[in-house]
Amino acid sequence: MHELSVTQNILSIALKHAGQAESITDIYLVIGQLSSMVDDCIQFYWDIISEGTIAQGARLHFKRLPAMMHCQHCQTEYPLHETSFVCPTCATTNVVLVSGDEFYVESIQVQGDPI
Amino acid sequence: MNIPVVEKILSSNDTLADENRAMLDAAGVFGINMMASPGAGKTSLIEMTLQRLGGELRLGVIEGDLATSLDAERAQRAGATAIQINTGGNCHLEAYMIRDALRQLPLSELDLLIVENVGNLVCPANWKLGTHKNILVASIPEGDDKPYKYPGMYRGVEAVVINKVDLLPYVPFRMDYFKQGIEVLNPGVEIFSLSCRTGEGMEAWLTWLKGLRQ
Ligand SMILES: Nc1nc2c(ncn2[C@@H]2O[C@H](COP(=O)(O)OP(=O)(O)O)[C@@H](O)[C@H]2O)c(=O)[nH]1
Ligand SMILES: [Mg+2]
Ligand SMILES: [Zn+2]
Repeated sequence: MHELSVTQNILSIALKHAGQAESITDIYLVIGQLSSMVDDCIQFYWDIISEGTIAQGARLHFKRLPAMMHCQHCQTEYPLHETSFVCPTCATTNVVLVSGDEFYVESIQVQGDPI
Repeated sequence: MNIPVVEKILSSNDTLADENRAMLDAAGVFGINMMASPGAGKTSLIEMTLQRLGGELRLGVIEGDLATSLDAERAQRAGATAIQINTGGNCHLEAYMIRDALRQLPLSELDLLIVENVGNLVCPANWKLGTHKNILVASIPEGDDKPYKYPGMYRGVEAVVINKVDLLPYVPFRMDYFKQGIEVLNPGVEIFSLSCRTGEGMEAWLTWLKGLRQ
């Protein structure tokens, strides 16, 4: 359900940055694994809410970033695991999450002059 | 032509949250966003807190719920100035909903405002409300694997309350494993183990709450 308000936000960010461009053809999104967003849901709402705007028909590109852990003891980087945070190399828990929270519009592709 | 953007998708919510914060600060109200899965004991903790601090602090409560106003009635009975937000199916509260609620509350007559978010361990973490602290209420029967399954939720909070410790003798729950998960995701976060049923552990929580308003 929350994908609706997320999609509205994506649209307004894209429109703001497109300025006077004729159309927006592509929108590049970066979404970390820990952001609970369903691509299909966003796409579904997108088709509805972008109608009648210069972003109608724009392709949404989802760059999914995995949640990665970093071991501060032995410097191993490894993907977040669902049942244990123990470092697979040195078995310590001296580890931190270094990515996976991302949730932003990276860039847009437009036709025509934005200014 | 490619236009670099790099703008957080929820930045408009963040802006509204900042405005909410300013409104709370201007009125001298300390705000708390309480998140949890359904049934963890958010409303119970609010009731217990009211019972114990009601004489010292003036509490306001904003209840977020999918459809009913039962929780607001519970908070009112316990002595709070409470209002209900029905999200109409939305799985989390957003800053604009809090802004509307703040306008309806007598902020100058309050010291502490607790927002009970919609019961959900996934979505609420992404939407800042403008409160000063975000807290998560976990509970023993939910199991000790929750930090591992819902890391996003445990990342963005300043305190974790582990409720229903009275059930520890009856439910398998590895406290060390649970706390280790929290510590990795959110080093140094405050953790309170307590029971809203027996009152065990409540003192530390209340002391922390009172300390926030300095
Ligand atoms: N055993 C036990 N039950 C509790 C405790 N706190 C709350 N409950 C029960 O858990 C259920 C859900 O509590 P509630 O406060 O409505 O949860 P909420 O959905 O998070 O607001 C109720 O039946 C409460 O009586 C506790 O510390 N111990
Ligand atoms: Mg409740
Ligand atoms: Zn290691």
